[in-house]
Amino acid sequence: MTDDVIPKTRRPGDPPPQLEDYALARERFSWTAARASLEGFPDGTINIAHEAVDRHALGPRANHLALRWLGRDGTVRDFTYRELSEASNRFANVLDELGVPPGDTVFVLAGRIPELYIAVLGALKRGCVVSPLFSAFGPEPIRTRMTIGAGRVLVTTTSLYRKKIAPIRQDLPALKHVLIVHDEPDNELPLHTMELRTLMGWSPTTFDVRHTRPEEPALLHFTSGTTGRPKGAVHVHGAVVAHAITGRLALDLHEDDVFWCTADPGWVTGTSYGIVSPLVNGATMIVDEADFDAARWYDILRDQNVSVWYTAPTAVRMMMKGGAAAAAQHSYPKLRFIASVGEPLNPQAVRWGIEAFGLPIHDNWWQTETGGIMIANFAALPIRPGSMGLPLPGIEAAIVRRLDDGSVAAVDTPDQEGELALKRGWPSMFRGYLGEDERYRKCFSGDWYLTGDLARCDADGYFWFVGRADDVIKSSGHLIGPFEVESAFMDHPAVAEAGVIGKPDPVAGEIVKAFVALKPGFDATPALERELLAFVRRKLGPAVAPKEIAFAPSLPKTRSGKIMRRLLKARELGLPEGDTSTMEGDAPAANGVAHAAASPHVGSAPTDPESAAR
Amino acid sequence: MNPSAIRQAVIDALSSVAPEGDYDRLRPDRGLREQLDIDSYDFLTVMVRLHESLGVDVPEADYGKLATLDEAVVYLAARLGA
Repeated sequence: MTDDVIPKTRRPGDPPPQLEDYALARERFSWTAARASLEGFPDGTINIAHEAVDRHALGPRANHLALRWLGRDGTVRDFTYRELSEASNRFANVLDELGVPPGDTVFVLAGRIPELYIAVLGALKRGCVVSPLFSAFGPEPIRTRMTIGAGRVLVTTTSLYRKKIAPIRQDLPALKHVLIVHDEPDNELPLHTMELRTLMGWSPTTFDVRHTRPEEPALLHFTSGTTGRPKGAVHVHGAVVAHAITGRLALDLHEDDVFWCTADPGWVTGTSYGIVSPLVNGATMIVDEADFDAARWYDILRDQNVSVWYTAPTAVRMMMKGGAAAAAQHSYPKLRFIASVGEPLNPQAVRWGIEAFGLPIHDNWWQTETGGIMIANFAALPIRPGSMGLPLPGIEAAIVRRLDDGSVAAVDTPDQEGELALKRGWPSMFRGYLGEDERYRKCFSGDWYLTGDLARCDADGYFWFVGRADDVIKSSGHLIGPFEVESAFMDHPAVAEAGVIGKPDPVAGEIVKAFVALKPGFDATPALERELLAFVRRKLGPAVAPKEIAFAPSLPKTRSGKIMRRLLKARELGLPEGDTSTMEGDAPAANGVAHAAASPHVGSAPTDPESAAR
Repeated sequence: MNPSAIRQAVIDALSSVAPEGDYDRLRPDRGLREQLDIDSYDFLTVMVRLHESLGVDVPEADYGKLATLDEAVVYLAARLGA
């Protein structure tokens, strides 16, 4: 495995890589020095939005293009650093006018429209905590997250408001101000909302950015666990030091780059690298409003002269379905570096980049909790296809084993599986799960943050992803908690119990699959299956709702009544069932779901010969 | 195959994936994905369904030509030689 390496040679005309000698870079690295590349305020405070926008707007890069927005319909809107600074100042002034104090949470629920970026930056300037929500969430995930985050302000669009907020507005007592981007000119503005563009138009373009302490909360990103409600990971303004340096080291960002991060800001990648990192580094960022479309993406890469591109395995695999020729019919002379994150990128996909773009794809690894890239394949170093790479300078990673007394022991033998752990202390490490101190504490053992990901480390220090230590589902790079999906099913009168797993899928990595046992008197008909699918999709939205539903007479449970998702998954995959000693006596394996043989099955996975697991 | 039969096949494929959609109020000239809240994976599944029902295998590069209901009908009709 380790001799399977993609070597690198620097192309003439490429700028010198930000990291050339790995060992030297690690040795010389210090977070203090990384902090020195930023401005901060003289009193030791630092604000993400100041570093991202105002610092450049007040200097020689004021007229440099900061954000180019590509509308779904072909519209283009450009913002220089100065214009982005002024627009975000207007938004910060709107919050001020409304009396929204620093520290309050501002939720943003929108597609990738310019106002989303302006609102995020403006709210950070005000010192508010920003929580971006994915626009493909249904009302239920939105309600849960806004309740945990006690959202006082919501920025959204008329169409999203009508579909997703109006039905739950009465359940959000903390929500005082709804600021609307009015995208339905034929309709009136919804009741109890305000038109954002009007408010911004009245607001001044100057604003005194709040001098936030490095440990002051800035961002709230929700992530999912196996049990219980979603967790709100809190990140602080000091994290910008990591946003800045990891963009340079792991993505090779230079200030003249045109950078395209395809992730939606509703997920942490789309904020750390889809907003903060490229701006802090003074680059030009591309934002495409439209959803994935391979042909459109090739056009954008070429026409916008994208030089650094950060995307996701699902997108790569979808492009692979169309064949490398579709990509290779264009040339991309400016494209220099491609990276991917969200789930492990299979070696075929890494190499496919060479066929399609003349460049391999660099996998890297991090999580909502880490706030920034931790482990990466670097521009100047050979790639080990299938590996997540080497820890960044400043990051200490290890494979550990949890011991009975709560401590951990390092696994020093190469290639031995264990849990991936990171030595605490990097600036973008999460500082808590909002309102859940116990859950936060459980993530640490001594100085180690335990990631919940199983991995191994080879003799040369490259890390390889093995799987999750829990039941969390990773679909199209998004983490989905099975409990949230199961709970939605339980609200339907026909459902007795529901168990939700991640089913391996050649395109999405995993898809959400639900096993449902019905109450007496209900029949497992295709019509009911369709009704259930509609029911949960309406509640959860397409990003969280299952893509497949199967009926089962009963679900395997532990004696304490917990549904054994692991067993459901083993049966789905036809794998050995492992230790079933804790299983409830009256639900023997044979009485379970039996590979969902009788299930009318929703959404058969498209086959994908190029990326099928081999 | 006439356009209204093709239109029905598209709606059937869409509603098997997103049965909660409001198909009576679907604007045929507006984006399907935004109106019906379907993601990229759902869209792939719709393409698989259309392949099953109409026998038309839509290549990845053409997905952008089926963004609205009207566009999808025109595209599929042309492919079917209707």
